[in-house]
Amino acid sequence: MATTETGDGGWRRAGVPTTPGGAGSPEVVDPLATLVLPDHELRSSGAMAVPAGRIRREQLRLLVRSKPFVVGAAILLLWIVCAVFGGLFRPYNPTAQNLLAINQAPSAAHPFGTDNLGRDVLSRVILGSRDILIVAPSAALLGTILGTILGLVQGYFRGWIDTLTGRVVDAFLALPVVIVAFLIIVAAGPSVPTLVVVIGLTFGLVISRTVRTAVLQERELDYLAAARLRGESGLHTMFVEMLPNVLGPIIVEFTVRLGYAIFTVATLSFLGFGIQPPTPDWGADIYATYNYVSAGYWWETLFPALAIASLITAINLIGDSVESVIIQ
Amino acid sequence: MARYLLKRLGLAVLTLVLLSVIVFLAGQVLPGNPGRAVLGHTASAQAVAAFNHKLGLDRPLVVQYWSWFTGLLQGNLGQSYQYQAPVGQFLGPAIGKSLRLAAVAFVIVVPLSIVGGVVAALNRGNAVDRVISTVGLSLSTLPEFVSGIVLIVIFAIELRVFPPGANPPPGAGFGTTLYHLILPAFPLVFVLFGYIARMARAGTVEALESDYVRTATLKGLPRRTVVTRHVLRNSLLPTITVIATQTGYLIGGLVVTETLFNYPGLGRLIFNAAQNKDFPMLEAGVMIIGIVYLAATLVADVLYTVLNPRLRLQGED
Repeated sequence: MATTETGDGGWRRAGVPTTPGGAGSPEVVDPLATLVLPDHELRSSGAMAVPAGRIRREQLRLLVRSKPFVVGAAILLLWIVCAVFGGLFRPYNPTAQNLLAINQAPSAAHPFGTDNLGRDVLSRVILGSRDILIVAPSAALLGTILGTILGLVQGYFRGWIDTLTGRVVDAFLALPVVIVAFLIIVAAGPSVPTLVVVIGLTFGLVISRTVRTAVLQERELDYLAAARLRGESGLHTMFVEMLPNVLGPIIVEFTVRLGYAIFTVATLSFLGFGIQPPTPDWGADIYATYNYVSAGYWWETLFPALAIASLITAINLIGDSVESVIIQ
Repeated sequence: MARYLLKRLGLAVLTLVLLSVIVFLAGQVLPGNPGRAVLGHTASAQAVAAFNHKLGLDRPLVVQYWSWFTGLLQGNLGQSYQYQAPVGQFLGPAIGKSLRLAAVAFVIVVPLSIVGGVVAALNRGNAVDRVISTVGLSLSTLPEFVSGIVLIVIFAIELRVFPPGANPPPGAGFGTTLYHLILPAFPLVFVLFGYIARMARAGTVEALESDYVRTATLKGLPRRTVVTRHVLRNSLLPTITVIATQTGYLIGGLVVTETLFNYPGLGRLIFNAAQNKDFPMLEAGVMIIGIVYLAATLVADVLYTVLNPRLRLQGED
């Protein structure tokens, strides 16, 4: 029941009802009693169906006006620009070694200093955004798509399909999934596709619970009875009728998972099982240089660490704003 | 009640079996030929075959799984590839080290986050609340190695108040050992703080809005009494179980923290095993983390059910 997956960490932000009292959710008897339920149940119990069209545009306007969103989007945009166009304005070749200038402190020539191979840290930080901004969103997107399909199927068909797949999902979520994912990546060998698939599958399980709960709330509404009476096919009902109405919680879930995906990819890279050197990558660069920190060469490690922190903070700011706009 | 507990226990055992199958498949099937993986591409075919035969890796999978699983039950965790010695003798000391680090983190984070959450709730909506909530959330979403690096740079390199490594000099006493563990504990504290504090805050806010607190206030009780006698008692109930579940996270978060601080615990053992493709060691480590994790969630569930029967009744659908 109250199984809490962590470590990626899982549902670190879980457990706090997104709207106090879980407005609009008949299932929640006592908000206090739900506090240890995993976040997917809370998020979706708080999330009401969002009618499409005009209200969407209104939400977008609200979003653009919220300060945290603007700040988060600006930071994210900066990193996207670095990832896409960084090759044009990076001061040095990020993989070019200069053994005559190793471990140099920040200076005018090297604003972030140089690392233990004499590579320019600023250039590596600029281009280190590239792989993580490909892998993490792909994994979060894959997880969202898989989770949406699974949740729609479970919520729409109910019965034995729901019970069977639900039990399997529960069993997997009761495992320390990140550690298991780590084991699988070690065993299969690290590569970008492996990372995306393993993280995507893991997140898909979590997301399917959110989508299922949202679908179950939609199920009894009139428009679905009408669709049934018209004799619409299951596929049409699920993807044309239901999907637009459960999109709100799905978008929220995507932004939250995106933050975790960055966390996970960065951590795996730090452990040497994510993005592989010599490709510039923040996590891998920190691993390569952290032993030099105690020798006083802090810049080699600190700047990539700050880059990760800024990206995760940006995603959190965006995610929180999106969540508060969609759920209101 | 007894039926629920039995059911929950059965589920935990079933999950454990599932975990063992996944770990076995990942560790012994996915890497392909373990002999080749360990000995490298230059080894001769005979050497690889001999290696596999010696470790029983040329038997059918089901047989291998069964002997591995029954061995596990008897406490035989297998033979390490890299040390050519039983895995168990490395795990014991490593677990002890990890427990020490985890205990330090827990002792710091539990009072800190409960006080933080309650203070935030009592100041609901104003600047104090916003600062605690925002800082807590930001800290909890940072990977441990990121916050760890920043801590090392500030407290070990610049201010020199803490040592940069977690290992005390040989023969150090309890105090010195503890002192070395404070800085490594903080990345774990950060991650847990946001989570537990949010829970404590939500529980306290909920209790503050309840009728019994209003009644107590209207009765003319001083705020202090209302908070300590009426609010906290109810608000900390869910927090206790969250703390139990977090044990599971903690043991996973050790992999990163121990690597960063060169601390020879279970996490670092797993990391080393992963780097050296020492699958028996890796599998045993993951199984132990899994068992701790499952035990922690089981305790959390049971504790919560015992403390709050409403959830149990709701849960039985």
